[in-house]
Amino acid sequence: MSVLVYAEQNEGVCRKPAFEAVTFARHTADLLGTNCIALTIGNPSNASELGSYGATEVRNISLGWSHFDNLVYAKAIADMAGEVNANVVVLGHSGQGRALAGRLAIRLQAGLVSAVNSLPELVENLIVRKSVYSGKAIASVMVKSPRSVFTIQGNSIPPAKKGTPVEVVEANVTLEESQIKVQTLASESGAISLPDAELVVSGGRGFKGPENWGILEELAEALGAATACSRPVADSGWRPHHEHVGQTGVAIRPNLYIAIGISGAIQHLGGVNNSKTIVVINKDPEAPFFKAADYGVVGDLFEVVPRLTEAVKKHKSG
Amino acid sequence: MKLLVCISKTPDTTAKISFINDNTTFNTEGVQYIMNPYDEWYALVKALEIKEKAGGTVTLIHVGPKNNETIIRKGLAIGADDAIRIDKDPVDSLDVATQIANAVQDENYDIIFTGKETIEFNNSEVGSMLSELLQLPFVSYATKMDVQDNLARLTRDAGGHEEQVEVTLPILVSASKGLAEQRIPNMRGIMMAKSKALKVVEPVSVESRSEIIAFETPELRSSCTLVDPENMDELVRLLHEEAKVI
Ligand SMILES: Cc1cc2nc3c(=O)[nH]c(=O)nc-3n(C[C@H](O)[C@H](O)[C@H](O)COP(=O)(O)OP(=O)(O)OC[C@H]3O[C@@H](n4cnc5c(N)ncnc54)[C@H](O)[C@@H]3O)c2cc1C
Repeated sequence: MSVLVYAEQNEGVCRKPAFEAVTFARHTADLLGTNCIALTIGNPSNASELGSYGATEVRNISLGWSHFDNLVYAKAIADMAGEVNANVVVLGHSGQGRALAGRLAIRLQAGLVSAVNSLPELVENLIVRKSVYSGKAIASVMVKSPRSVFTIQGNSIPPAKKGTPVEVVEANVTLEESQIKVQTLASESGAISLPDAELVVSGGRGFKGPENWGILEELAEALGAATACSRPVADSGWRPHHEHVGQTGVAIRPNLYIAIGISGAIQHLGGVNNSKTIVVINKDPEAPFFKAADYGVVGDLFEVVPRLTEAVKKHKSG
Repeated sequence: MKLLVCISKTPDTTAKISFINDNTTFNTEGVQYIMNPYDEWYALVKALEIKEKAGGTVTLIHVGPKNNETIIRKGLAIGADDAIRIDKDPVDSLDVATQIANAVQDENYDIIFTGKETIEFNNSEVGSMLSELLQLPFVSYATKMDVQDNLARLTRDAGGHEEQVEVTLPILVSASKGLAEQRIPNMRGIMMAKSKALKVVEPVSVESRSEIIAFETPELRSSCTLVDPENMDELVRLLHEEAKVI
């Protein structure tokens, strides 16, 4: 028996989502009184650091590695799960994790719970919590089968240090040849990925047009925040689709969400209401968003936002 | 080209969310249902675009009881040719994926579409499970797609960047925003939908491996602290000292 965690890499390095998944996996292993084994694919440079978050072993698959193909990866991870006799498999709730999780649940005949946002409890069976109905409710889900697969929602489980770096061992598993050809398009290297971001600055129709986004970007840069937008903004082509947050866009749960010139429609709130702190800047004191906010500024965004950027810069330099 | 689109229903985005039976069951009273937007706006329309170019048929498949047929008829009104309904109120994603796999495994569809996720559970589970059950290559979160003969070229959202993927049919694709533009059914479509074939299939038995044991509703934010728009230093101070987020 063991807990296997697939620690995903991003541009050659394991990042926060991997450490969050390992933290969850180690906690689960402690509950079950078993080992937490981390698996990496393609030799991320800092794989041994997974030991510092509680992985007792780190194994890496390099044989046959090229691009991500969920069919090939799922088979390799399932083979690995068989080899270490894993009864729990943990992944991040990332694009990769989601594409793999369903496949793994079928291969391993495991119960699957996706987008888990709490550490597990053990009451005969494992019980975890997740957000449902667009953040309007939380469900407690119990796994009923002997094996389980979990994907971990980003920014939900703070990575916790436990243990020390461990030596990375090459795994006894090969990746099969992929039947799909993949080419990476202009990667916005350095840009902060929205689902993983801790701070997010978001703009709505109140900005009047794409030419006015400069002040929002300056605020985001001063804070080190990712940028987002409301749906009509993306639909009008003012901003790229991947910035669209809400019920029919990306769901996020950053520590800080600053909504500027966004009215706060129910479908928008559905994707952001799990943010820890919400700031709303809107010139209309009746805007529904104020009811969902922790801090509100009633004012013209074209004046307030540059002022806020200055205040942030002053704070950072002082 | 034989195309299949998996469609799901979901509570209307403005539906009031509450629970009954000691918070173990979703309260459906007064809730209006819609076709899941990712299925309707992107998956179905892309399938129709491919058919319009290459010829073929677009079939809808839905796992659900008879009263969900309004959603299926809407899909037919938008332009699908026929539909299959598996007669069961599904309990989870495994149920949905297994029912669909069982119904279509001998049908040799060239492309099977799902939406990226349903907007009520955001699980993204069905596409991945179904591709494993049918042993098909799976391109998730497709934002662009073009098919030439036997070859599909897709762009997929890989979280932070995009990837271009080339893959030989048959495949399974999950549709994300950008893949197509929403179509509104017209009167002619609505009339024609009434006479299109809707086949009802009996379900197979599936043993569930997980169960929702309780729901709770999160605490609402207590109240909003208003900050003077002239004094953004104060907002920064609050975010730093009180909220401790910067
Ligand atoms: C099925 C469905 C799904 C949907 N999914 C989503 C979704 O996922 N995400 C989403 O965002 N929307 C979604 N919507 C749309 C949603 O209902 C709203 O229409 C949308 O969120 C409104 O965007 P907005 O707040 O940018 O624009 P508006 O509602 O037009 O609000 C603009 C705001 O800017 C303020 N403003 C204007 N000028 C200034 C100024 N100078 N200074 C300060 N404030 C100013 C105004 O007071 C107003 O509150 C969905 C709708 C449907 C029907």
